Amino acid sequence: MPVVEEYMPPPMTEGMFPCSNCHATMEVNRKKRVLKEEHTDIKLHHAETMRWCLDCHDAKNRDKLRLYNGDLIDFTESYRLCGECHGPQYKDWKAGIHGKRVGYFSGQGKRVYYLCAHCHDPHGPRFKPLKPEPPPIKPKDS
Amino acid sequence: MEKLQGLLNETWHFYKRTLTLVVTGSTAYYAWCVFLLTIIFIGLSSYLKQHEAGLIATKMSDQVSWGLYIANFTYLVGAAAAAVLLVIPSYVYHFKPIKEIVVLGELFAASAIVMAILFVMVDLGRLDRFWHMLPLIGLMNFPQSLLAWDVLALNGYLFLNLLIPVYLLIKFYYRKEPNWKFILPFILFSIPMAVAIHTVTAFLYNGLPARPFWNASILAPRFLASAFCSGPAIIIIIFQIIRKVSVHHIEIEDNALFKISELIAYAMFLNLFLLSAEIFKEYYSQTVHIASFKYLFEGLHGHKELVPWIWSAMTMNVVAFIIFLIPQTRKRLTTLNLGCLLIIIGVWIEKGPGFVVPGFVPDPLGEIFEYFPNHLELMVSFGIWATGLLIFTLLMKVAIPIEAGEFSHVSYVERSFRREEEYQGWKQGSFKKI
Amino acid sequence: MQNKRYTRREFLRNASLTALGGLTIPLFSSCTKEEAEDFLQKHFREMTPEEKKRVIAKLEQRYLQKYGRKFQISTQEAVPDTFWAYGLELSRCIGCRRCVYACVKENNHSRHDPQLHWIRVLRLKRGNLINLENSEHYYDPDLVPEKGFIYLPVQCQQCQEPPCVKVCPVHATWQEPDGIVVVDYNWCIGCRYCIAACPYKGRVFNWAEPNLPREEINPSVHYLGNRPRMKCAVEKCTFCIQRVRQGRYPACVEACPTGTRKFGNLLDPNSEMRYIIDRKRVFRLKEDLGTEPKFYYFFEA
Repeated sequence: MPVVEEYMPPPMTEGMFPCSNCHATMEVNRKKRVLKEEHTDIKLHHAETMRWCLDCHDAKNRDKLRLYNGDLIDFTESYRLCGECHGPQYKDWKAGIHGKRVGYFSGQGKRVYYLCAHCHDPHGPRFKPLKPEPPPIKPKDS
Repeated sequence: MEKLQGLLNETWHFYKRTLTLVVTGSTAYYAWCVFLLTIIFIGLSSYLKQHEAGLIATKMSDQVSWGLYIANFTYLVGAAAAAVLLVIPSYVYHFKPIKEIVVLGELFAASAIVMAILFVMVDLGRLDRFWHMLPLIGLMNFPQSLLAWDVLALNGYLFLNLLIPVYLLIKFYYRKEPNWKFILPFILFSIPMAVAIHTVTAFLYNGLPARPFWNASILAPRFLASAFCSGPAIIIIIFQIIRKVSVHHIEIEDNALFKISELIAYAMFLNLFLLSAEIFKEYYSQTVHIASFKYLFEGLHGHKELVPWIWSAMTMNVVAFIIFLIPQTRKRLTTLNLGCLLIIIGVWIEKGPGFVVPGFVPDPLGEIFEYFPNHLELMVSFGIWATGLLIFTLLMKVAIPIEAGEFSHVSYVERSFRREEEYQGWKQGSFKKI
Repeated sequence: MQNKRYTRREFLRNASLTALGGLTIPLFSSCTKEEAEDFLQKHFREMTPEEKKRVIAKLEQRYLQKYGRKFQISTQEAVPDTFWAYGLELSRCIGCRRCVYACVKENNHSRHDPQLHWIRVLRLKRGNLINLENSEHYYDPDLVPEKGFIYLPVQCQQCQEPPCVKVCPVHATWQEPDGIVVVDYNWCIGCRYCIAACPYKGRVFNWAEPNLPREEINPSVHYLGNRPRMKCAVEKCTFCIQRVRQGRYPACVEACPTGTRKFGNLLDPNSEMRYIIDRKRVFRLKEDLGTEPKFYYFFEA
């Protein structure tokens, strides 16, 4: 029984979206640089020798992301952008075996996909180490 | 129908008479029974504690889920199987010295089986659900589960080892010739049954691919070999005690004991040979499955609790083998007894904790948990051993006077006739001494 | 003289019978009321639907009394054309044990004395996978994953040829048509033969009455799955039978933060598990034992 598939909304920082609130009136500076005035909390560790902000974020419309061929997509579809470089993972994610899904895989409910950005912060996608849950209680040796 | 009625009456009369045998005895007898009853009482109260709290009261865990109880069970099934070493010489070869004592040996087997069944019962987590295991009433998983086979085999063997001696004793009590056409098939059947119970017990370990220490074809032969060492050794010691303690003249010849000890020598040789075969296979091929052997004989990753135990067991077995091998030491009672004691303890260690525990170490996921029984398990085990000893004592208290010919229906009739005469004489005012 | 002899015999007989009877009294008195009620309960597979309803009603009342929560106990049967399998991507497991504790919460485990976990995460040194003897179960670093180690979670593998089903002397455990190996907790006699027989340590034992904190109870349960168990019964992972028969992912799948765990129906050609088996290199633990587990491990990197 095909189940309804849904994607979770993208994890946006509080108060950031829509970006055009600030960027609609700002001048566009296409020079590749380290940002000093705003967005200083974002440290890019994602192919930073080859890319910078405006390779993914569209220069003219900051509410959209920019695909390689120039098409603009919403943040809710950010996986399409990730899939351009990370093809195998994108294929697996679409099939439902990469990443996380919760909910129902069949039956009456919905299957909710986590977007790429939910697990991999696009600016620093590497997984941060976690604190593990406690080990099982060791039975007392004699 | 009348014959059956007569038979039942006879058996009931026999039972009532034996009660008098059981409750009268010397001070030593009373002291021994009271001592055993005390231990039984302590064991029972410990078991009730375990029943209340659950098996968490023992030291068993998910890693080592069978412990002292199943170790004792394995050993006792082996000891019970050893009665066959008395049955074969007496009924198949008609070897007279053993023929005198075969009934006592079968009663020993019955007591050992009762102990084995009790050990399984205390090990069950839910004893109140034991009826699930009964055929027809419950849902017995026969023939797939070896435990189901074990239930049938053990109870069948217990039935045989009660039926045969009790039948022969009743017939002897009434000075009637036993109907050999009826009883001989049962006797002959008890021979393969004895081999069967211990083979089934071996198979229940053998059939588990999850435990490479047990999943060896050599297990069933080794079990039988060690059973045929330890059981007769216990029998030899017990019969010497009986010979000394019993007020009745029971014919336990030295020749019988020496014949049994010869059989022990062969069995111990087989046991040691099979052990060396296992050790060669493991230590030469050096696969991962050597882990349990390493734990047992050398210690694994610093865990070496069982190492001193197994090495003492090995020493005891080898020394005992030499004692039994050399005719001079075998035919002298002091060295014979020493050899028997060494075998009893050595095989207990080898077959009990030295067999059950290493099967669980390391566990299927590689964890090592060292198991050592705690106080409660020891008390319950002692309680069950005391129960077995008490049952055996009571059975002997009945069987020996009958076998010795001093307790029979004839003497009962004579005595009651005499008593009746005395009573009549007293009523008539004159005492007639006969 | 006749009378005296008779009374002595009578006395002996009566004394022996009362002693025997007296011995059993303490045994029975230590049985709880629940145990007495459940004594004659039939095996789950032999119950008629009405008997099942009665047992469920009795259990619901008992749980209401004991835990103060209204339970929904399902006896839902296997969904036709389903055959569940599990996938675990070993390249992604970081050993955080979130799955272990999500399972504990979902399946109403005893929290302490004894502490029961259906999932066990092993830490192995890189360069070694099959020889589990060098595994570490009790690792407790500040952060995972640790360098130089990989993590291998193990739980009941729901074998197709389950050795535990073969050895159970009372048929207390069996394999359902959808492939899940289940236990009727009220039928188990606690002999622990199945624990000895399992090559994956999938089964655990309630060594005492389970300690289940009231606040953390999950009241939507399945009779054969996560209902609160009793002492001295065996239990194991049931692939969250209460969830999967409704089409929901098991709790461990939903808890994993790295997306390591996958679940699906092998009979559905579009399921995740079929995709994995077709395209990834899967293996199963201890395949040489012939147990045919339905727990597929695979690697990406």
